[in-house]
Amino acid sequence: MRRILVGIKRVVDYNVRIRVKPDGSGVVTDGVKLSINPFDEIALEEALRIKERGGAEEVVVATVGPADCQQQLRTALAMGADRAVLVQADGVVEPLVAARALLKLVEREQPLLVILGKQAIDDDNGQTGQVLAALWNRPQATYASKLELGPSSARVTREVDAGLETLEVDLPAVVTTDLRLNEPRYVKLPDIMKAKKKPLDTVALAALGVEQRQQLKLVRFEPPPQRQKGIRVKDAAELVEALRKKGLL
Amino acid sequence: MSWKVLIVAEHDGAKLNVSTAKCVTCALGVAGAEISVAVCAVDAAAVAAQAARLAGVSGVLAVENPANQHALAAVLAPQLVALSGPFTHVLGPSTTFGKDLMARVAGLLGAAQVSDVMAIESPTRFRRPIYAGNAILTVEAAGDGKIVGTVRMASFEAAGPAATPAPVEKVAVSAQLPTHTRFVSVSAARSDRPDLQTAARVISGGRALGSAEGFKILYSLAGKLGAAVGASRAAVDAGYAPNEMQVGQTGKIIAPELYVAVGISGAIQHLTGIKDARTIVAINKDAEAPIFEVADFGLVGDLFQIIPEIERLI
Repeated sequence: MRRILVGIKRVVDYNVRIRVKPDGSGVVTDGVKLSINPFDEIALEEALRIKERGGAEEVVVATVGPADCQQQLRTALAMGADRAVLVQADGVVEPLVAARALLKLVEREQPLLVILGKQAIDDDNGQTGQVLAALWNRPQATYASKLELGPSSARVTREVDAGLETLEVDLPAVVTTDLRLNEPRYVKLPDIMKAKKKPLDTVALAALGVEQRQQLKLVRFEPPPQRQKGIRVKDAAELVEALRKKGLL
Repeated sequence: MSWKVLIVAEHDGAKLNVSTAKCVTCALGVAGAEISVAVCAVDAAAVAAQAARLAGVSGVLAVENPANQHALAAVLAPQLVALSGPFTHVLGPSTTFGKDLMARVAGLLGAAQVSDVMAIESPTRFRRPIYAGNAILTVEAAGDGKIVGTVRMASFEAAGPAATPAPVEKVAVSAQLPTHTRFVSVSAARSDRPDLQTAARVISGGRALGSAEGFKILYSLAGKLGAAVGASRAAVDAGYAPNEMQVGQTGKIIAPELYVAVGISGAIQHLTGIKDARTIVAINKDAEAPIFEVADFGLVGDLFQIIPEIERLI
């Protein structure tokens, strides 16, 4: 079966203003809205569009995290995913561990494509897709802004520093999404009801044979240094004068 | 413990990218480390010679292979893994080249990667921004395996020239290279303007520019100032500017001497990209725009009048 696996991560919502805990042990997440990482929502949307065009028959969504990530998986099912898998793990899941867990699912599900967001907006690591591709020994096409899926290969346009690069990759492959790949759909109420009946499997990380190793100790969280608030100038002439005085013009 | 750092050179086959010189400065933070640069190319001579002239570099490893015509992570990663044997650290730039490649290297090595290193506190302790720069995290690696890192470009100056160039050694690598990933094309907008990531002055436009046509007043002023031109995500999404001009969390992170934000409201994701700018100027008709919170100089008004006026005055 032509199947697409989509990896998602639950993160502090895009619109939440982040606060570091006074003791430096982390950021405040209690009572804070949690959502699907926006880049992963784009990944899911792309998978759904491929399926709707007839390029795939099934979209499976997966996450690695604590039990209550079920909520984000339900949202993904409401968006249109056919099935969901929760790989349950509490505590810190480093990209290498997430990729190892996804590799186990890849071996089980045999997808022709794995789509993930290019980075999660919480830890901004930007690694999981590439690490998975490395472990799987398959192609990676990161930062995708266009994805054309053929029978045995895909053409991916990537947003790179120089502009737009196009790669051709044999399937199966890993693709990570950039912002302009698509605009994810909104979930409608009837779809939320329907999603409740869709299958959601839970498997413990250890049951997949993946050790939850933490290679990087999180020593300290700090707020970033604040910039001094500047001054208002009244017009262009005053601005040019001020910049000249600072030696900037 | 003797530390050995391998830096992955970014280049276009002829010219070494300045990102490599910034990685060298970062690597100098690993006290007492011996620093080598790996140049993977079809013909590495020119780029290797440039890398050898960076102060702090003690050797250059040149790997020549026809498969290195284009910088494909799947092709480069096994070569770097083969080279990495004696090294404790493998560093690359936090550019799209380095971010794509280094995590694949880390995956093959089963090593931890520290993304976006902004400071090195000790050979195993690093500082990096998380949550779009709204928090700074210090991480400590166990030090029992290799450490892979990407280097945040805005945090380090480029290394200067060396008095005497370091030796260049041609290395044969016997890694098996995949053919499952093929380069098709790259479309880069040709530009005579300075490079956004290295320019001392940058002028960026937001959605308020209204159109690609509207951006012309920025190009005109930038031409007079010798500045690069950037754009907010909103402006790129709206099609007023190409993607490579985007500044912010998911675009380019820059640290110019002078940053002029024109018609940009200042979403947190945009501010992430300009935090290290020496001086920020904001021009916006909305006096309440968040960009004014971080601007050294703020000017409230109509950008279509202000920008041409500035151009006349300088």
